[in-house]
Amino acid sequence: MVPAVSMRALTKRFDDVVAVDALDLDIADGEFFALLGPSGCGKTTTLRMIAGLEIPSAGSLKIHGDEVGTLPPNKRPVNTVFQNYALFPHMSVADNVGFGLRMQKTPKADVARRVGEAIELVRLTGMEHRRPNQLSGGQQQRVALARALVNRPKVLLLDEPLAALDLKLRQGMQFELKQLQREVGITFVFVTHDQEEALSMADRIGVMGDGELLQVGTPEEIYDQPVNRFVADFIGRSNFLPGTVEDPSTVCLTNGTRVTVEHAGDAGEAIALSLRPERVQLTDRGAVPEGQASLDGTVSLVTFLGSGVVYQVALDWMTVEVRAENRPSVPRHDVGDDVSLWWRDDAVAVVPA
Amino acid sequence: MSSSALDPLDIVDPDHEHSHIGEEVERRLRRADRRRGFLLALPAYLYMVLFFAVPLVIVLIYSFATRTSSGSVALSGWNLESYRKLGEPIVRNVVFRSAFLAAITTVVCLLVGYPYAYFAATRRPLVRNLLLVAVMIPFWTNFLVRNYSWRLLLSTGGPISSATEAIGLGETDLLFTRTAVVLGLTYSFLPFMILPLYASIERIDWRLVEASRDLYSSGWKSFSKIVFPLSLPGVIAGSILVFVPSLGAYVTPEILGGGRETMLGSYIVTQFLTARNWPVGASVSFVLMAVMLSATIVYFRAGGKNL
Ligand SMILES: Nc1ncnc2c1ncn2[C@@H]1O[C@H](COP(=O)(O)OP(=O)(O)O)[C@@H](O)[C@H]1O
Ligand SMILES: [Mg+2]
Repeated sequence: MVPAVSMRALTKRFDDVVAVDALDLDIADGEFFALLGPSGCGKTTTLRMIAGLEIPSAGSLKIHGDEVGTLPPNKRPVNTVFQNYALFPHMSVADNVGFGLRMQKTPKADVARRVGEAIELVRLTGMEHRRPNQLSGGQQQRVALARALVNRPKVLLLDEPLAALDLKLRQGMQFELKQLQREVGITFVFVTHDQEEALSMADRIGVMGDGELLQVGTPEEIYDQPVNRFVADFIGRSNFLPGTVEDPSTVCLTNGTRVTVEHAGDAGEAIALSLRPERVQLTDRGAVPEGQASLDGTVSLVTFLGSGVVYQVALDWMTVEVRAENRPSVPRHDVGDDVSLWWRDDAVAVVPA
Repeated sequence: MSSSALDPLDIVDPDHEHSHIGEEVERRLRRADRRRGFLLALPAYLYMVLFFAVPLVIVLIYSFATRTSSGSVALSGWNLESYRKLGEPIVRNVVFRSAFLAAITTVVCLLVGYPYAYFAATRRPLVRNLLLVAVMIPFWTNFLVRNYSWRLLLSTGGPISSATEAIGLGETDLLFTRTAVVLGLTYSFLPFMILPLYASIERIDWRLVEASRDLYSSGWKSFSKIVFPLSLPGVIAGSILVFVPSLGAYVTPEILGGGRETMLGSYIVTQFLTARNWPVGASVSFVLMAVMLSATIVYFRAGGKNL
């Protein structure tokens, strides 16, 4: 199937800043794709190139197989939900939503009907005649969504659409957006710097850093098998235990402990084990399953989070963060307790040092 | 787009609604603020009363007075005779001509000023400032001198006439025509159009234009549906600032119209100095001022709410 969006070596330079550096990416039709990365890594610029608001410096950009590199925005079958919503302040909600249709010279009756449907879809019925400044942030966000969706674009671009909303509202909207995308079946390219948002909403995630695409995969792949420290660190929290590869399934940690892993890499390579805090088992000193590698340490800090407890465990050579669930069957430890840490072989990912 | 959000007096801490002490302190602070504001503005108030309000009242009084046969004014026998004269065809013609020329001037200023303001507002800061300074440079020269220099430019055998002759359009004789008056007024008041236009265009959020382009509008449609409507406050303010002084203009029509294109300003001067009919001069002045003032007030009242 032809990808909805296809980028090859797509690059954007601003004077001497390389905002987007040779992106290769295919986004499938009907997919909910999240572009995730810290602020300033080039997410917005990528989105703006797809929208036609920025002309690529180099590379190819196709939408449903058609090269669109220099096509003006009004000639592209995509619409954008802007970060600040960019609602037209001098128009009512209905006129905002109908703007795209009117510009495409859709017959009046159709405009009215489709605007009505779109407003209903985002549950703003009754607000048609309000001005944007008479709406709450969440409502403005819905207007922006309706204004884009009403045109039935082939690809909908969303630039941090939830960033301006408060936490409760944001969580509600995450769910709604996901539902909406399933309903309308339109390809969503969703830009965010919030990893939880990306993990919970997207079918696939592309992690960006410093203009480059670092990893593309499903939320599980990205979380469980990060390709490098940056990705592992950006998506959730992780401990990095430095070591050297001994053979394809053994890693020797800096303190001499040998641990078994699934794919270690080439012998002699300096690597780090990425170990998620919730994947580490915390037990009393020595209470480790037979034959399992373990690390000994002392609890140095306990943080109670409600649903869980986070322990900082001091080893001789580094500190490891461990997250345990707050359940009656999980034993609690106090500061100063001597403990051992262990994990299942498949619980770690090997990343370059 | 209301500025009230910045008004510290509007920021009411909800907690204070339940605290009488806080309320009292706040009220006193506000009162002190107002008092301080009044004292600071006092010199300005005095100036306005002395040089604006008092003369205005004198004009108003004279407009009800009677002209004696010797041409002086009798401050007795108050009547509305001078206002009745405003309905006479001579005055009406002057009014219509003035309004017409002022309207044409306003339209020409808008047509010339809008592209300029738009261009300036969309340049980078350095160029912007240069373009704005360029608008204001003519103000460094005396108003009369500038008008006389137009006389030179427009006269038969002058530069403009020579230029049109050179390109085969024949000699032009623009001086002492309506065209000359409109040209002169446009030249004089163009900055009053450009500056508010610039201010309102410069304030436009260009992301809205991008949004409209994303929603399938062409460049021209983005202008007519987004940029122009959002610059309307500037268009209206600029139009008032050009129309009002054009309506009462005196110097330009005198110098470039050569007395043939009598406008309200000249008519008033004639009444005071030549015809020595002060009551009529005063009543025309007063009505003119009242019309201008109410136009301005209506604009700002409406503007405060919708724009
Ligand atoms: N119009 C521009 N001119 C110059 N530099 C820009 C421009 N737009 C973006 N950049 C730079 O490109 C980089 C990527 O920006 P952006 O795409 O907005 O990042 P993000 O959306 O991921 O926060 C940043 O370093 C930013 O400063
Ligand atoms: Mg951004």
